[in-house]
Amino acid sequence: MTVAVAANFKTALDQLETDFEARSNYELEGVVGSTGKLYAQIVYGAPYDVFLAADQARPVRLIEEGEALESSRFTYALGRLILLGQEDPGALESSDVMRIAIANPTLAPYGKAAEQVLARLNLTEATEPKLVLGENVGQTFAFVSTGNAQVGFISEAQMSNLNETTSVPFWRPSSDLYDPIAQDAVLLTRAADKPAAIAFVSYLQTDAARDIIAQHGYDLP
Amino acid sequence: MPDLSSLWLTARLALVTTFVLLIIGTPLAWWLAQTQSRFKPVIEAFIALPLVLPPTVLGFYLLIAISPNAPFGGFWLQATGDTLSFSFTGLVIGSVIYSFPFMIQPLQSAFEGPVQQAIRTAASLRASKLDAFFTVAVPMSVRGFVTAIVLSFAHTLGEFGVVLMVGGNIPDRTRVASIEIYENVETLNYGDAHALSLILLIVSFLTLFCVFLFNRRFPAHVRL
Repeated sequence: MTVAVAANFKTALDQLETDFEARSNYELEGVVGSTGKLYAQIVYGAPYDVFLAADQARPVRLIEEGEALESSRFTYALGRLILLGQEDPGALESSDVMRIAIANPTLAPYGKAAEQVLARLNLTEATEPKLVLGENVGQTFAFVSTGNAQVGFISEAQMSNLNETTSVPFWRPSSDLYDPIAQDAVLLTRAADKPAAIAFVSYLQTDAARDIIAQHGYDLP
Repeated sequence: MPDLSSLWLTARLALVTTFVLLIIGTPLAWWLAQTQSRFKPVIEAFIALPLVLPPTVLGFYLLIAISPNAPFGGFWLQATGDTLSFSFTGLVIGSVIYSFPFMIQPLQSAFEGPVQQAIRTAASLRASKLDAFFTVAVPMSVRGFVTAIVLSFAHTLGEFGVVLMVGGNIPDRTRVASIEIYENVETLNYGDAHALSLILLIVSFLTLFCVFLFNRRFPAHVRL
């Protein structure tokens, strides 16, 4: 069974996979990408069974297009945005910060949220020349961790990828600075009768799965 | 209507890259054509690497090397005040590495054999090395130069993986046509993807067509 997963949720899915496979006889494979990219792949017949998006818009569109099942849609996580590399968003204007990495806003909901934060802090104009776009939050994180960008907006779930011995400063924007990142899951139409896919979608709503999701830096609806 | 600035940027990148390659590549290919050094196969293998390595490998190493935290990237930042990553200059460096064999190999084979004999003759007539190179070797190797220049240019037009990894998708700086097409496809914006793809297809075909036409009229080595 193949799960198309938005890049921010990859680490959480790895742990869910281990737990799910221990509880069932099914095997799970994750395909990682930006929500927009995975959506386009599904529209063109990619062999995925479950879609874990980073927004609600794409799953809704898939349902409208007949590619996903309305009854299966639910919010599996509420994402939290993190500014990695600085404790103070005011520093984004300083010359120490030469490059600000965000995920491509047209493809990745975390990139869109990052744009909203910059706009609501009136930093859009000052930061515009410094912005570099990652294809998804995964590449955005890589831009910061390799030092090519001094700061970047990533998902809180990715913080666990940081080396624990080094302490990297970060800032957590308050939730009124960006629209909630409600991440929806859907069962795709082609997997409507696939027991493994159905089992995984219902597993995601169990307390065991919700605990794992919460541990990875998500809020739950 | 697609944003045509990405095409202009692509053309600029290909032109600058080809020019840099011509300056670095000519003396290196010349040396390779002449040398008896036992290190020659090692150097040749090294130069051919971009032919077989995935662009992601190149992009990944480049991303690490040009980071302001790395010695090379840090030195560049101190010297110029700008970072190499996510810049046009960074893309030029990546493209030069990526298209290196496309410049070196045609030049090297053009410089070998008959050209070397002619050079020895010129030397016996007391022509200086530089003089012999420009008045004997270059005119004899016109076909090699044309092939090398056009292939380097065309190959850079088609560059994608390296730019995707080190470019950061910035309009007018690093969003080249191939990246713009990719983004248009991903966002299901097929109209623009079609328009840009068609333009690239036509330009690439015409470029290659001109080389083959030219090569048909020009023998591999012009004999004096």
